[in-house]
Order: sequence, then C-alpha cells, then structure tokens
Amino acid sequence: MSIKTAALAAAVSVVAVSSAMADVKFAFIDPLSGPMGPSGEAGYTSFLLAAEHINANGGVNGEQIEVKGYDNKVNPKESLVQLQKAIDDGVRYIFQGNGSSVAAAIIDAVNKHNQRNPGDEVLFFNYAAVTPDFTNDGCSFWHFRFDAHADMKMAAITDYIQGQDDIKKVYLIGQDYIFGQAVAAAAESQLKEKRPDIEIVGNELHPLAKVKDFTPYIQKIISSGADAVITGNWGADMQLLMKAAAESGSEIPYFTFYGGSLGAVSALGEGAIDRLYQVTEAITNLDASDEQYALIEEYKQRFPEYDYYYHRAFNALNMFKQAAETAGSNDPIPVAFALEGMTYEEPYGTATMRADDHQLQQNLYISTVSKDVKYGVDNIDLGWKLLDGGKIDAAAAEQPTTCQMERPEKP
Amino acid sequence: METIVFALLNGVIYGLLLFMLSSGLTLIFSMMGVLNFAHASFYMLGAYFAFTIMGATSFWIALFLAPVLVGLVGAVVERYGLRRVHANGHVAELLFTFGLAYLIEEIVKIFYGKTAVDYKIPSLLDFPAFTIYGASFPAYRMFMLVIAIGMLIGLWFLLKKTRAGLIIQAALTHPHMVGHLGHNVPLIFMTVFGIGCALAGLAGVIAGNIFVTDPAMAVQMGPIVFVVVVVGGIGSLEGAFLASILIGLLQNFAVGISASFADIFWFTGLSPTSEIGDITVSSLAPVLPFLLLVLMLIFRPRGLMGEQEL
Repeated sequence: MSIKTAALAAAVSVVAVSSAMADVKFAFIDPLSGPMGPSGEAGYTSFLLAAEHINANGGVNGEQIEVKGYDNKVNPKESLVQLQKAIDDGVRYIFQGNGSSVAAAIIDAVNKHNQRNPGDEVLFFNYAAVTPDFTNDGCSFWHFRFDAHADMKMAAITDYIQGQDDIKKVYLIGQDYIFGQAVAAAAESQLKEKRPDIEIVGNELHPLAKVKDFTPYIQKIISSGADAVITGNWGADMQLLMKAAAESGSEIPYFTFYGGSLGAVSALGEGAIDRLYQVTEAITNLDASDEQYALIEEYKQRFPEYDYYYHRAFNALNMFKQAAETAGSNDPIPVAFALEGMTYEEPYGTATMRADDHQLQQNLYISTVSKDVKYGVDNIDLGWKLLDGGKIDAAAAEQPTTCQMERPEKP
Repeated sequence: METIVFALLNGVIYGLLLFMLSSGLTLIFSMMGVLNFAHASFYMLGAYFAFTIMGATSFWIALFLAPVLVGLVGAVVERYGLRRVHANGHVAELLFTFGLAYLIEEIVKIFYGKTAVDYKIPSLLDFPAFTIYGASFPAYRMFMLVIAIGMLIGLWFLLKKTRAGLIIQAALTHPHMVGHLGHNVPLIFMTVFGIGCALAGLAGVIAGNIFVTDPAMAVQMGPIVFVVVVVGGIGSLEGAFLASILIGLLQNFAVGISASFADIFWFTGLSPTSEIGDITVSSLAPVLPFLLLVLMLIFRPRGLMGEQEL
C-alpha cells in the first residue's frame, strides 16, 4: 500500500466515522422504566422516528441528528443528574415532557447552566409538561413548549361543557403536584366564569404514579352524584383510573387531557364510546395527506405496542430543522431566535411559536372514542373521532401571557 | 352511608390481602428472627409467575402452580442462602435479604422488561357481582375475598389443629428444645420459609391483576407489610390479622373523607386556604399506616398482640 492510498483510506474512514457519529445531539430525558415508563417510551420512539426521517432527508444543514434516551424515573433530582450527564455527552438540545415537576427543575438548571457557560448553551424543548407558569411568570428564553398548556386545554373543555346543559355537577380529580394543582385551579376558575350554575362536587388530588387501585376514588365520584369528571391524569394514573371506572360500571363522562394515554381506551373498552373525551393537538383520524397517513402507519408498524400519539414530537423536531435552516446554524442561540415567531405548516394546520413566551399556538381538537374510525388505538378497533365542532382554531385557543422575556444578545 | 359501605368492602379485601402477605413474614420473623426484606419480592414473583403460566395455560392452573413455585424458590433461598448466612448472625441475614430484594427486582427487569406486564383477570370472573349505590362491584374482588378467607382458615387449621402446626409453634419459641426432642429444626425453618413465601406468592397471583404487575410492586408493597408486622406484634398471627384489617380499613376510610384540616380544626381558626388548612384527609391516606407505625413504637412497642418487645 502506497502512502497515498493509506492517506486516502484514512481520510475516507474519518468521513465515514463523522457521518456515523451524530453532529447534533438531543437528549430525551423522561421515564423509560417504572409505572410511567410506557408514556416515556411512546414519546421516545416518536422522536427516534422523526429523527430518522430528518436524517434520511439529508439532516439539518447537512448535519445528522441523534436522539438519545436518559431515564429520569419521573424524578426531578434524577433528571438533573441525567441532564448533567447529557450535557457532558455533548448534548445541546433537551426534550422532556412527562411531569411538570421535572420540567420546572430542568428549566431552572438550564437557566443556570446557560448563565454560567456562555458559548455552551443548551435549549429545552418541552413537548408535554403543560403547567401554564412555564410560559407565563416563570418563562425562560431557553425553554420552548410544543404542547398547549393546561389553561388552553381547559378552555377547550370548559367551552364544550358550557354548551352541555345536562352537566350540573362536576368532579375534579388529578395528580398531587404542580400540574394537577394547575389543572384543578384552571377548571375551578373557568367553570365559575362560563357556567356559574355548575357545582364542583369534588376536588381530589392523589399521589402521582403511586395509586394502584382507583376503586375508592371512583366510588367517591359516584357517591358525589357528579355528571362529569375533569382530569389531567396521564400515563398509568389515567389508565388505572379508567380501569376502576370500567369495573364500577358507572356511565359518567370523563373530560381529559390525556385520555389517549396508553391503555386507557382499552381499559374502558366500548364503555369509552362517547364517554371518554380528550383535548389534543392532533388525532390520527383527522383528514390528512397521504404522507401523514404513511407516517402514522410506519410508526405503528415499527412500534406495534404503541400508537401514533405524540404528534408534537414530530412537530418539535421538524420545527427545529426549519429554524436551524432559517438561521443557517445548528447552534442553540441562533436556533432559538429563529424559532421565535416562526410559523410552521404542520400536517393538520399552521403552528406558530409565539415569540412573547415561547408557547406554540396550534389548533386543538376535542375528540371522543368511536368504533367508526380509520385507526384504532391500543390494538383494538376503537379509536379517537373528532367531535362535531370539536376543532378549535389556534387563534381561538390562544391565551394571554404575563411573560416578561429576557433575551441574550442576538448574534 | 355509601362511603362507609364502600370503605368497609374495599378495606376488608385489602386488609385480607395484606394479611396474606404479612402472615408469612410474621412466621419467619418470629421463628428465625430474620426481618425478611425480600418478602415483598416473593409477592412480585407470584404475580409474574402467574402471568407467565396464565399465558401458557390458564389462570386456574396459575392460581395453584405459581404459589408452589414461589414457595420452592423460597425454600431454596433458605436452604442454600439464609442457612449459611445464619451462622454470621442477624445483621448478616438482614443484609442478605436486603441484597436479595434488589437481585430479584433486577432479574425480573431482565426477564420481563422495566414496565408493567399485561396481567389480566380471567374472563370467567370479569363481570359485576352486584351493584350498590350505583357502583358495580366486580366479581373478581369477591373471588379475592373467598381465596383470602380460605387461606385464613387453611393456615389456622395447619397451625392449630395438626401435629406439624404444633411443632412449628413450639419451634417458634423454643427451637433448641424442639431440636433436642429429635425434630429436624432446620427442615422446619425451611418449610416455614417456603410456606411464608408461597403465601406471599399467592397474594401476588390474586392481586397482581387488579393492581399493577411491574418491577416496582415489591418496593411499593414492602414497607406496608413491615408496618403490619410491627403494629400486629412480633410473633403474633392474630396481631398481624388485626393490624392488616385495621390498616386496610384506615386507608380506605381516609380516601373516602374529603374534609380538610380547616374543617376538622375549625375551632382553632385555621384558614382553609393556608398551607396546613388546605390538606385533606384523603390526601393523607398513604401516610397513615406509617403514622400508626411510629405511634405504636412509641406507645406500645410490643404491638397489638405481641408477646415480646422489639
């Protein structure tokens, strides 16, 4: 072998190595084990598939992206350990969503990190932690939220309940941490304003991811004489609540943020039809392009245990790509500035990242469970179907913000 | 009224389940002086074994086979693990069971994954037994009640009415004397350990499907079982029974009460919006057993029916 070919071989191998290694690293910090593990896995697999598609189409500004999972066990302390580990691994972008308690800790840690390490900033893309404070008083330049927050979702639910004259008594049940408390507060204040005649017959908070048997809670709901239940429960807490509801045979409707949590529909079975409602940024049974249908089917084929639920995961990564290409850089600060005020044509409408508070403004949809659907969930033939008038345009879903954003110097 | 009836029903079933778990622990604790930290792990093994056996055959076979398997695992652990460690004293035994609990959890994670498995109740029992106050009561929970009571009678009969039970009772308090009388005390220990584990396994089989079968179930159940043993009193099955029912009822009644501290302590002028006044009794339900444990250790260290102090 001559020196020339050896040098060439070395050069080729360097190229091969650098294309195999990711240029832009994302950390997915969420539960990948324990009771909330399935929620995290469903999100993680969505990000993996989204990243794969972006890489197959040439990456971002010619660079490949990589999403790596870090298991935080829904624990804020553990999340900070994982965050540090991720930063040490060279990660510049963080995805997290399960648990506002965790998101609050990450926002705080990212703020501090960015202050202490100029030139080495990280951005936090929040895809599911919906405590309103994060884009209000507690807002941060380094935080972007791709899911509608609790007040926005609750507004959709209370607007719907406003038109349901047979609902006179409402029961609130939720998880006992900042998110559950925010949901209960939003429900109380909004119902008072929109339907002052409605009586709130129960306001219950239970420990997060600890209750294994919701039967006593369900019996309490039944005894209260409630006509409807509003809950922000997610993951196992949603699934087990529905399991107990199914066992009790009660026919009280549930208005939820996360009725789409894995296993909730199958726990209720046909009892979910017109009884389980959810507010989401998308459902698979909306009219969409063939491309979107193909994506939904590809996801299901690749990850048969889960359903295409985390549409916002795809939105978040695609918006990153658009922002990075607009900015001509994959570095956090230019990307953050490009994201501010950016509009993105997503498969179901137009989404805008509001510059004032970094809260994505997008259409919301209220859906209920039906048999007459294109795509089922939980591997049964029941799936989510849009309610008549269940589409809420982004402009109508918008809520004011109190955020006073502090920005770094624009590069 | 509804609250009371529901809390009674759920409380008794949950209490009997706790007893099923803690009876084995009490026997082992009082006989060998070993606080078996891995006891709840055998409960978890019961649920996972039943899940596997149910997948291959049926729930009814699992109901018998899974506890037997768990009992065998327990006997092996005693014969080849605990018995060797025993020579080094109680602290070594304690540490052994502590390590064992982690080991079992990690092994379960390797075989079954880190998230919950879909262990379902048998379709034969998947119907509402009766309806009270607008809520139907699942037949499976009645089935749990029957199994638990059956176990209770079986255990009572074994210990009080058979010769083997007599020897076990004697070995509980006077192991050396029993040995001198020609009985094989190590064999008795192994059998009791196996039976205790099998009972925990049985609890896992019938509870794994109405709760959740995941690798965290042992860690979540473990502390409550210790509370039962301490509150009931060391070495007292009757005490463990009373404590189980008491804790079952306490937790279920607490969940049913929506009153907040401000409502209860209104005479102190506590504001309903203050940090403390805002706390409701139902949100305290998970803490109550541990409160009971602490109070019991302070005011009655020998437990409800125990003969010796801790």
